[in-house]
Amino acid sequence: MNKLSSLFINPVLNKEIKLRFRSFKSFLGILFYLAVCAAVCLAFIWIEGHNRNGFTANDSRTLFMLLSIGQMGLIAFITPGLTAGAISGERERQTLNILLTTQQSSMSIVISKLFSSLAFLVLMLVASLPLYSLVFLYGGVSPKMVLITFGLHLLTMLMIGSLGVMFSTIIRKTMVATITTYGVMLFFVVGTGFLYIFLGEIMYNLNQNPASTNQRWLPYISLMLNPGIVLFNSFEAGGLDYALQRMGITWPIWKGFTLSYIGISIFALFVSIMRLRPRMRSKKVKKKAS
Amino acid sequence: MIEITNLTKRYGSFTALNDLNLTIEKGTVFGFVGPNGAGKSTTFSILATLLAPTSGTAYVNGYDVTKSPNEVRKHIGYMPDFFGVYDQFKVHEYLDFYGASYGVPSKERKAIIPQLLELVNLTDKRDAYVDYLSRGMKQRLCLARSLIHDPEVLILDEPASGLDPRARVEMRGILQELKNMEKTILISSHILPELSEMCDYLGVIEHGNLIASGNVNHIENQLQAQKVLQVSVKNDVEQAVSFFEDDPNVQQIDRDKKDELLIHVSYDGSDDEQIELLKKAVTQGIPILSFTQKQSNLEDIFMEITKGGE
Repeated sequence: MNKLSSLFINPVLNKEIKLRFRSFKSFLGILFYLAVCAAVCLAFIWIEGHNRNGFTANDSRTLFMLLSIGQMGLIAFITPGLTAGAISGERERQTLNILLTTQQSSMSIVISKLFSSLAFLVLMLVASLPLYSLVFLYGGVSPKMVLITFGLHLLTMLMIGSLGVMFSTIIRKTMVATITTYGVMLFFVVGTGFLYIFLGEIMYNLNQNPASTNQRWLPYISLMLNPGIVLFNSFEAGGLDYALQRMGITWPIWKGFTLSYIGISIFALFVSIMRLRPRMRSKKVKKKAS
Repeated sequence: MIEITNLTKRYGSFTALNDLNLTIEKGTVFGFVGPNGAGKSTTFSILATLLAPTSGTAYVNGYDVTKSPNEVRKHIGYMPDFFGVYDQFKVHEYLDFYGASYGVPSKERKAIIPQLLELVNLTDKRDAYVDYLSRGMKQRLCLARSLIHDPEVLILDEPASGLDPRARVEMRGILQELKNMEKTILISSHILPELSEMCDYLGVIEHGNLIASGNVNHIENQLQAQKVLQVSVKNDVEQAVSFFEDDPNVQQIDRDKKDELLIHVSYDGSDDEQIELLKKAVTQGIPILSFTQKQSNLEDIFMEITKGGE
């Protein structure tokens, strides 16, 4: 238990959060972000409010979707930048070696780095919650939906962030690690969509003949890895029913998304933890002379 | 104490460290000297558990660096040759962070930080941002940082590099104090006089090989078995040459290239024999104007033994 708590409450995390939130720029960033979001929301409400029947519950729902998709995009584009320098940045600033000679375990360093990098983004999301309350005023969205959306945001952040930390650990230069993370992020956000269409076409052609089960899983996997599609599916329950039916799979897509994102995150963090310090193996093992 | 046995580190075909054997007893100050790229930092990185050796073993206070790296980390204070600081930290926060990272309880940290700042003469900079410190101050702060968990062994990689003479003297004073505290100190430099003054033992390393080691005087003797006597005569240099040639302790005689009345006599006799030699020369009527032993200091020796690699 003590070990577990020290994983989350430790000097590295403390330090990171202290340094990250010490600068005034961070708060200006949040102010700017909220101002833009609020402006979009108010403008949307104002425009819709002056149209036809005023601002309806349906409009409110649309606004919610707009906000959620916007924030998903924000997460996808900010997370690599925040995390891909987590370890390589310390290496470049020549502070990593000293940190590695302390008593901090590789696991606590890696996890603290990830959490502290994501803390800023989480703060942005939490700070935007009052904007969501605007949506609630007009109805059309259930609290459950908000929670699901928030959960999807967090999972996406965790997965991209873990990959960012992994690349930051195994690649020496922050620049290269950042580009790699952006590349992988684009694969998940955009690439999987194209992959689905491509694989779907093949599957459709094969479907004319008796198709094997394996081939149906491929488009499903590329679909479930796409955070945008999963988010869309959470707004429009059953929106993907037809696509899933074509693939012959009834397993809910959010389950596949959750499991695969948690799995990828664990894998990426595991690689980071194993690669942070050198693997000590001496070929000639001799007994200590007394 | 530190025990290194057959320690080797290779990067592909390049051997950074070749079969190093070294024992450093508790409470001694061992200076590692060698040109840049000789393998000093490689050795230190292995001892600091930052690098895995290709073969061989290294023990710090009885703990194997490859098998119990975490225990080793508890016992060492490591100061790398190049290091950065978290610029948004204040001096006391910087030390507090590392103290916490070493698992020093908060109460103890509060007590030890002022003492460390006192030791490295940074008490008045307690609330300054680390980024605004001078190079020498950062260097001292890093030294204080390596002491925060009260380690028995200090591994200091070029602690005085890049410092101005005054900062160098201050650094030397701090190291002297640490020596008085009976820490085992392993320190490196590519400048020999810097080390010879404060070390008990010296090791000269070049191309990954330890080419000489022992206490400072021993090294001097080991490397300076042969001394050079400079003799100048008023006239008849031939007579002088034939006289010195007859002495069994004289190994070689070189005539000076510029001054034809000056000769360089390579001599490996004792001091008493040297006195007798001079007496004999004077009695035999050799017109000696001057008879001096060429002064060679550690720096010359260092240049001498490491010139093979250039």
